[in-house]
Amino acid sequence: MPHDTVTGSRIRERRVMQGIKQADLARKIGISASYLNLIEHNRRRIGGKLLLDIAATLEVEPQALTEGAEAALLAVLDEAAQAANLSADDTDQAEAFAGRFPGWAQALVASQRRAAALERTVEKLSDRMAHDPHLADAMHELLTTAAAVRSTAEILADDATLEREWQDRFHANLDVDSHRLAQSAQSLVGYLEQMKGAPGGVKSPQHEVEQYLAQHDFHFPRLEASGGAAEVDAVLTQDAAALSEAARFILRAVLMQVSEDARALGLPRLEESVAAIGVDPVALAARLHVPVAIVLRRLAALRDVGAGLVVCDRSGTVIFRKSIDGFSVPQFDSCCPLWPLFGALAAAGTVLHERVGQLGRGQVQFDAYATTELGQAPGYNTPALARGMMLLVPAPPGDVSRAVAAVGATCRICPQTHCPARREPSILKS
Amino acid sequence: MWDRRTRARAREETRMGKHVVLVEDETNIAEAIRFLLSRDGWRVETLANGGNAAQVIRAARPDLVILDVMLPGKTGFEILAELRCEDSLAELPILMLTARGQSRDRERALAAGVSRFMTKPFSNDEMVTAVRELTSGTVS
Repeated sequence: MPHDTVTGSRIRERRVMQGIKQADLARKIGISASYLNLIEHNRRRIGGKLLLDIAATLEVEPQALTEGAEAALLAVLDEAAQAANLSADDTDQAEAFAGRFPGWAQALVASQRRAAALERTVEKLSDRMAHDPHLADAMHELLTTAAAVRSTAEILADDATLEREWQDRFHANLDVDSHRLAQSAQSLVGYLEQMKGAPGGVKSPQHEVEQYLAQHDFHFPRLEASGGAAEVDAVLTQDAAALSEAARFILRAVLMQVSEDARALGLPRLEESVAAIGVDPVALAARLHVPVAIVLRRLAALRDVGAGLVVCDRSGTVIFRKSIDGFSVPQFDSCCPLWPLFGALAAAGTVLHERVGQLGRGQVQFDAYATTELGQAPGYNTPALARGMMLLVPAPPGDVSRAVAAVGATCRICPQTHCPARREPSILKS
Repeated sequence: MWDRRTRARAREETRMGKHVVLVEDETNIAEAIRFLLSRDGWRVETLANGGNAAQVIRAARPDLVILDVMLPGKTGFEILAELRCEDSLAELPILMLTARGQSRDRERALAAGVSRFMTKPFSNDEMVTAVRELTSGTVS
């Protein structure tokens, strides 16, 4: 049906472009001008010989009047409508719009495409801003040097009776530090210049979902209590209506998982066992008779454990994250292949436990527990879906009982000099 | 004989004087703070590496510790946690310095039991005042 609504507009468009009067065209094809008028305003369906005649008279392919050419255009218009949160009624008029105002439609499509490309760039840049160890280091250097200059200068300025050798000493320090200050300020400015024009605030659907989950503290009492698809859909419509459609799609899968997990292992039961034997996923799984993967997800939902969680699919793409301070999971770049998460994917069935810390100043250490979860077999001779899962529990402060594996976030911003897994050079100057 | 007496007296003086351990890897900042606090009557012991800081502090039993956050070897947070988990050091005044104005650092430090938190660059007055206030009840 939608095609019928647009063909008339296209005929009118073509006719006007060629400067042919409605009455003239009507006469040539042997219909009344008022009937053609109805067709052109999409009030009458048109097809068969009449369509071929009109196409021939206007010297265009019949298809150009009815279909195809603008399919891609309509898809992008659809995207634009979604981005602008248009109502379903408005969205349905995309075809009519494209038919009636093809030039404007093209312009809208071009800017929609450009917006999408820019959005991606912006997301990449703001990601870099937030997780950029180089920027953090540069700021640290600047403030540290400023601190030295300030203290030294104040001593020199305040104390007129300062002995000669102290004066000389502090003057020399001041000289060194002021050079260093100038240098670090320059390198910071140079760096910021490279990333000029990167406003923040753009969100991917994944990011939207994580924000939503964080607002709820990754905890849904409703799903813990009863759960099930109906309950999940109720949460989605009542509570997550503000999210984009893509985000709701992702969120639905997450919430379904939560409600499934809640049935397999209620949080109070887990809490009890954690109190008894501590955060030891394998021992907990054995004690509670549930798979380790479920224990990892449920531990991430326990507020007192304060753990982070990263889940990836078989391709290594991160499909879920519960962020934790001190462990950066890049939003757009690929992750560091040294994470136990990926080690677990390669050794399905094994549960890995490693103490890890991401390279850089102010390193925070985590006990990482990772395993692979195989889904239901979809049929014979078809690989089951697999998901890697990594729980990140902050290591006890000052605990040195385990060796720490140094891992990164993503190659581009990783300071590690000799890494066998490096995919691309780091942008960090060492 | 004489030697042993001198050493004993030195030990006595050490115990009497105000003693601060400063853990800071920026030598020029360390030098400025050392000068400031020495002038204020403090004996300043400087460490540039976080690795063995907790051990040294535990042995030295100072009246005050000034701790930088970003240190080679170990972070200030780790050292702080190590010190605070020992009962006898629970009351030790610890002043923490950071060059990142991030509230995250401050919250983390407070949670870990820091006595006071100061961001670089600070003024010398701030430093001396903070040190005096932190130790007003414990040293003269």
